[in-house]
Amino acid sequence: MGFPHHPHPRETTVLSKYFGDAEARTLDGWKKRGGYKALEKALGMQPADIVNVVKESGLRGRGGAGFPTGMKWSFMKPGDGKPHYLCCNADESEPGTFKDRELMRWTPHALVEGCAIGAYAIGAETAYIYIRGEFTEPLYWMEKAVAEAYAAGIIGKNAMGTGKRVDVYVHKGAGAYICGEETALMNSLEGRRGNPRIKPPFPAVSGVFGMPTTINNVETLIASAPILLNGADWYKKMSLSNPKSTGTKLFSVCGNVQRPGTYEVVLGFPFKEFLYDLCGGPLHGRKFKAVIPGGASVPIQTMEEAEATLMDYEGFVAQGSMLGSGGVIVIDDAQPMVTVIARLARFFAHESCAQCTQCREGTAWTTKIMERIRDGEGTMEDLDTLLDIGEQMTGTTICVLSDSCAVPVASGIKKFRGEFEALIQGRRFHPVTAAVA
Amino acid sequence: MTPDLVGGVESPDYASHDRAGHGPYTPVFVGDVKRELDDLLTRYPNKMAALLPALWIVQRERRWVSEEAMVEVAELLELTPAYVKGVVTFYTMYHQHPVGQYFIQVCTTSPCGICGAEDVVKAFLRHTNTGELGITSPDGKFTVIEVECLGACGFATPVMVNEEFIESMTPDKVPELLARLK
Amino acid sequence: MVNLTIEDRPVTVPEGTTILEAAKVAGILIPHYCYHPGLPIAGVCRMCLVQVEKAPKLAPSCATTVAEGQVVHVYTDKSLEARKAVLEMLLINHPLDCPICDQSGECELQDFTYMEGRKESRYRDPKRFNPAEDFGGDVIYVPNRCILCTRCVRFMDDVAHEPTLNVSERGDRALIGKFEGRDMTHPWAANVIDLCPVGALLSKDFLNKARAWELDRTASICPNCTQGCNVMMETRENQIVRMKPRPNENVNAFFMCDWGRLNYRWMNEKNRAEQPMVRQGGALAATTWELAITAAARALNGKKVFVAASPMLSNESLFLLTELIQGGSGAFRVVEGDEAPLAGVEDLALRRERAANVYGAEKLGFKKTRDLLGGLGQGDVLVVAGEDLAGIDAAALSGASDVIVISSVLPEAAAARASVVLPIANFAEEEGTVTNLRGRVQRFTQARQAPGETRPSWLVLGDLLGALGKQSNFFLPSEVFARLASVNKSFAGLSYDTIGFKGLPLADAPAGPKTPIAVGAA
Repeated sequence: MGFPHHPHPRETTVLSKYFGDAEARTLDGWKKRGGYKALEKALGMQPADIVNVVKESGLRGRGGAGFPTGMKWSFMKPGDGKPHYLCCNADESEPGTFKDRELMRWTPHALVEGCAIGAYAIGAETAYIYIRGEFTEPLYWMEKAVAEAYAAGIIGKNAMGTGKRVDVYVHKGAGAYICGEETALMNSLEGRRGNPRIKPPFPAVSGVFGMPTTINNVETLIASAPILLNGADWYKKMSLSNPKSTGTKLFSVCGNVQRPGTYEVVLGFPFKEFLYDLCGGPLHGRKFKAVIPGGASVPIQTMEEAEATLMDYEGFVAQGSMLGSGGVIVIDDAQPMVTVIARLARFFAHESCAQCTQCREGTAWTTKIMERIRDGEGTMEDLDTLLDIGEQMTGTTICVLSDSCAVPVASGIKKFRGEFEALIQGRRFHPVTAAVA
Repeated sequence: MTPDLVGGVESPDYASHDRAGHGPYTPVFVGDVKRELDDLLTRYPNKMAALLPALWIVQRERRWVSEEAMVEVAELLELTPAYVKGVVTFYTMYHQHPVGQYFIQVCTTSPCGICGAEDVVKAFLRHTNTGELGITSPDGKFTVIEVECLGACGFATPVMVNEEFIESMTPDKVPELLARLK
Repeated sequence: MVNLTIEDRPVTVPEGTTILEAAKVAGILIPHYCYHPGLPIAGVCRMCLVQVEKAPKLAPSCATTVAEGQVVHVYTDKSLEARKAVLEMLLINHPLDCPICDQSGECELQDFTYMEGRKESRYRDPKRFNPAEDFGGDVIYVPNRCILCTRCVRFMDDVAHEPTLNVSERGDRALIGKFEGRDMTHPWAANVIDLCPVGALLSKDFLNKARAWELDRTASICPNCTQGCNVMMETRENQIVRMKPRPNENVNAFFMCDWGRLNYRWMNEKNRAEQPMVRQGGALAATTWELAITAAARALNGKKVFVAASPMLSNESLFLLTELIQGGSGAFRVVEGDEAPLAGVEDLALRRERAANVYGAEKLGFKKTRDLLGGLGQGDVLVVAGEDLAGIDAAALSGASDVIVISSVLPEAAAARASVVLPIANFAEEEGTVTNLRGRVQRFTQARQAPGETRPSWLVLGDLLGALGKQSNFFLPSEVFARLASVNKSFAGLSYDTIGFKGLPLADAPAGPKTPIAVGAA
């Protein structure tokens, strides 16, 4: 759906079909809508076969990394005698992204089902759903759904009467974007500070509690159910541009646009039509100026790039950005790019875990320089310094928060240098003339 | 869709008794609360993993996480107080000092920033009589802070009041919300 | 074994070795902060970045294991730029404290910035500020200088097994913290001061006492218990101002206990016997060494001798003392305290017996006793060697026919009876060997000049033996040791050359050699 708006005819609602449907949140309501049939099927299959179906389907991680899910699941070696764990990453904190929140508060049972399928497929008897602490509504509905599923014997030590054990626990985070990074999530789950870990070892070898672990995004796990029910081919066919990008994706649209909300389209959908048609185009009297298509960590796109983009993993890369989490932040010509980027830098500086020198010091330094430029106290040297710091923050740290901070700054200076220079030269930002500067 | 409170999740009533941390410390984990912790411990293969959930219980019961509470949790989970403190100070949602009866958190990260979040903050500061971020109003009722992305960017500007998650807040709706809270 | 190339030098190391350790083997020191061979690997400071051919990103060499055929470059532009950037970023909030900071001159931030850093900073914004804190014990924390390498936190967690320190807050607000009322009073806590690469963790005891470059440093052994931790004794103007641990994988890993570390003042003692003395006409009078030695030899000749020795004396001196005994006997007493192990290191503790050479003394035939003069026979000549007879009454010496003092102080109890006083150097003022509780013989060397006319104990005893007509042409302590090794089976085969500065176990040492600490242990 273009939730909270009515579904647009050009959407393909697979995962978002029941957004806004209050009854879908209860066990009975979900079952009436075909729920738990996929889990029933899965529990009757061999885990390796489930993995193969998911591999065939081309499903890729929907949290931001886009790693092929089936391949990730296949890293979990069966029969090693160690307890395996599934962690569902519901820590959604990437600015611009709010799709997992919708999935959890409207179709909580879909996630319970997805977790159970995923756990079974990787040989895990325990799944933890790590939900960020601020998501009070998703927490409420997920706890309720898990309790209902236990009470009905769908999960627990005898899942759906098959004798197989699947335990699902909701674990509440406490306010840290970095816990969305898979190794930091594991540390947080273990009761530690949310510091990312150095890899190797990889989670599939030594993850949570030192045991083999798979971490998947909410949307990814939920997608596994229709794939199992309808088959890999069905999913593969849903691909408008590149065969390596299959299925549908939820895009969270926010910012200066007529109809912000959650949209589900087949991968490869033309971005221009998405923005102007589905999302309703710019606000009255304004023009689009820039788009950050995949959450704050991906490069900013000019409208020229955005309007030429086909919305899939390869398509965004071809137009100077990345699909990332699918959090589409639309910026119009009333917004000073420097202010927008400075606030993003401040976000990253606030969220840095403090382990790596480049991130801990670099995000804060970047923020300070950006804010000086924003406030008219920047110099031309500052631009070189920013780019230099950003380069040294890229590829040099344990995790990519550091790289993510550098990205909007570098792409901002590259594609909107005029706005930076104007402020440095003492000219104030004017919404109307922004497009000219 | 009504842009306000969806899902009926309300906060505990924090006005009902003295939560501000006065008086001698009494343990949190007794009776039912202790049983709750014991049940939580069955979910994880070791005690340390119950730390974040245990701290949430402390915050629910006492409104904030005091140093005495950190010692109590540390002893129960066989950790050191220094370790627990290191974890508490990492996560932004644990209050390390008493806050107003209504803890108001306004998202101001860029997606909300470009939708007028700063004006929402200003409206809150004005109408709560706090005037400044982070301080509690003289009547003890309100504390207003800015927070990072709350994950509801399409419903700008989202605001949390204690555990209540409110979507699509605008400056003109602020007085009405505060009136409801008072 | 794995073969790789580092900076064009071929290196072969065991599998599982990190690139940083392999580089050491190749003679290259890759700059680093958070890594320490005695701590688990963290990989957080990012200082040790190097370029590995065919790898897409720079590798943190402390956290990357070697691979067959790997080609590593340490000094390419890309690596140098990356390390330069780390240094620049570490310095943006770092105060310009060098002129007042204790660490100056032994600061790894200074060292690596000088080697690979920028000449000027591009930072023009205000620096972060936090006030200094007393962490308890001997430890002060200065947050402004902290580079968050977390060595201190990992030491308390994983080596001391008492997590007293944490990282508090997040991002550039982060700093090391502890809990109110739970201080750094662990018996091994002060090691964090050594581990800290910068002046963030400082010793209260050493605060503002000396500049690092003013210090003379000597390799020695901590004399304060029987563990025998290897140390550097550091002096300024002939005063010991600090002791720091010296690594020895078979004794003390990289650490020493707080009690040992801070107990150096006794070696600077001023109230000394500084002149040889002989009793003439009822009173002790200063005299020459020749006359004093002659007098002592005359007093000892043909007499039954009882030696009240000190377990602080070296193997060499104790050995020479045994040559004096000839038919008599010798005993020693030792101060005791509580044992305090360092849990994370095998067989390392502050030991109950608080002296350097208990094992050596016993091995050489001296009896350990609580009643030091209990074995003094009626009419024996009492030789007080190295002891100060503290807590012993003058009356206890009444059975002795004569008293010869060969110590660094003139004991009060002996003052009235002693007929000869031969003043000797203390542990810090001479060279020799001591044997630790596991039978390991270790060398210690001279850290400070002995005062007045005092002489090394082995030299005095050698001359005394010579005056008694026994063989004694010792010009060096190594010569004494060689003689000891030639007559005593336990010491057979050892020499100063073979003992070196890591020590060697006696032939019949009780427990086998300790498992050496694995370098880079995770």
